[in-house]
Amino acid sequence: MKILVCISQVPDTTTKIAFSDNNTHFSTQGVTFIINPYDEWYALVRALELKESGAATDVHLVTVGKADAEPVIRKALALGGDEAIRIDVDSSDPYLVAAQIAEYAKTGNYDLVLCGKESIDYNNGSVGALLAGFLDMNFIGFATSLQIENGTATVKREIEGGEETDACSLPLVVSCQKGMAEARIPNMRGIMAARTKPLKVVAPADIQALTNIVSYELPPAKTGVKMISPENMDELVELLHTEAKVI
Amino acid sequence: MSIIVLAEHTQGVFKKKTFEAVQYAAAIAEKLGTTVTAVAVGSVADNELQTLGQAGAAKVLHVADARLDNLNARAYAKALVTATQKEGAKVIVALHDVTGKAVAPRVSAALKAGLVAGAVSYPDTANGFVIKKTVFSGKAFAYVNITSDVKVVTLMPNTFQVKKGEGTVAVEKLDVAFEDKDFGIQVKEVNKVTGAVPLSEAELVVSGGRGMKGPENWYVLEDLAKELGAALACSRPVADAHWRPHHEHVGQTGGTIRPNLYIAVGISGAIQHLAGVNGSKTIVVINKDPEAPFFKAADYGVLGDAMEVVPRLTEAVKKFKEAHS
Repeated sequence: MKILVCISQVPDTTTKIAFSDNNTHFSTQGVTFIINPYDEWYALVRALELKESGAATDVHLVTVGKADAEPVIRKALALGGDEAIRIDVDSSDPYLVAAQIAEYAKTGNYDLVLCGKESIDYNNGSVGALLAGFLDMNFIGFATSLQIENGTATVKREIEGGEETDACSLPLVVSCQKGMAEARIPNMRGIMAARTKPLKVVAPADIQALTNIVSYELPPAKTGVKMISPENMDELVELLHTEAKVI
Repeated sequence: MSIIVLAEHTQGVFKKKTFEAVQYAAAIAEKLGTTVTAVAVGSVADNELQTLGQAGAAKVLHVADARLDNLNARAYAKALVTATQKEGAKVIVALHDVTGKAVAPRVSAALKAGLVAGAVSYPDTANGFVIKKTVFSGKAFAYVNITSDVKVVTLMPNTFQVKKGEGTVAVEKLDVAFEDKDFGIQVKEVNKVTGAVPLSEAELVVSGGRGMKGPENWYVLEDLAKELGAALACSRPVADAHWRPHHEHVGQTGGTIRPNLYIAVGISGAIQHLAGVNGSKTIVVINKDPEAPFFKAADYGVLGDAMEVVPRLTEAVKKFKEAHS
């Protein structure tokens, strides 16, 4: 079984977001980039576990980005995986990103494609479902557990107000979230090995972006907190009713 | 040309957020000089389908196929694509929830339609089709222009007030050319949390952090939540320590919520936590540390010990309810 894991690079979760050029660009100055936590902790680690248990033969990593995405994909390789592919184009458009990955995935005969439930930068949460559409595969989103036996996946996933257990034969696209696996820390052996693992750079397919970001905006700052005496919770309830109008 | 909207239901009943999505589609339709066609899939009674007219649907297409009672991204997307082609629609609307996130991208892939996922505004059509959405997990907004002819938008639930009007609507059956491969996923087991308000849909949320000291103290938050009719949430350290289940975790790597009222108890307010909750309309912070950064992001603050303040607040809510009932 061959697994393809989609990896996205995102700003570290502690990043203070700022914009430049009249709020048209995300300012990367002083920003540390990390592997998107959902891709790393859940999709990648689960893929590695499947390989370690003998269920998977190959784990390939793919990312869409320019050369500045390479340190992050190397970091992912340090956790594990046999090879990485970087598709050499930068875009915030989910259609373009997924279509590029799909073009590559078609050449690799993957049985299972894993991604995080969303990236923590653009929060579209759409690449997995788009990929499944492009590849004409089934898609199970928001998975919290994934087992593979005899070419059939058993997946637990979040649904509206609960949880569902599904069975589906491969090939399959799964988007992963908390519960899927436990986060790992790369060890020195992994870091050394990652240096010599193949990292292929692939030219992008001729696909146009269907959206573009016109500008950014920071949320309005709160006007200041109104402190209420801990002895006077009646006042707080009254304010929530008359001023905030939320109860 | 009309606008297509996916009308999600739970066991045959439409939720508030479905009416919000239909109303949102209706506002876009008015802007573009057209009407809304709602698409419902699975088992729903005709009189329930007709209620979509109250939110502005001009027509309902019903795919009355019981195989669609459970979420099936492939089959739902096919139903939407069929409806879009039948109506010659240029805009497809769904909700930015578990269902919409699985279905809308597939429609985007099938129709080569640009996608904005998690819209928090109506489109500005003065210069293209520009929609505001949250990015960086709520730390900022982006204005995204869709440049393709056909457009797909998922709306963040609880963005707009639902104002239902009068009116029923004509229901038509929609035939979709399903194939066996559209039903490749077999549902083995469904576990629904009954009774409790799902966190993603809750208008009022009571949330606890490490400052609660331990799971044994959660009863004060449970009492408050029960009195308010609120859902419970927690911060990441609480979920990581297994004091509370993971699905209650809100923040950058947990759920993002936008309730009307978020009461944070014993949560310091790390930037990752704020990212998941700063879309809340009103934030109340209860903390005994005057330096807690969360106070800066709050509308109302109470400096005090949770175990003393929260029961008092619960009592105050009870008194308020008795006075207003």
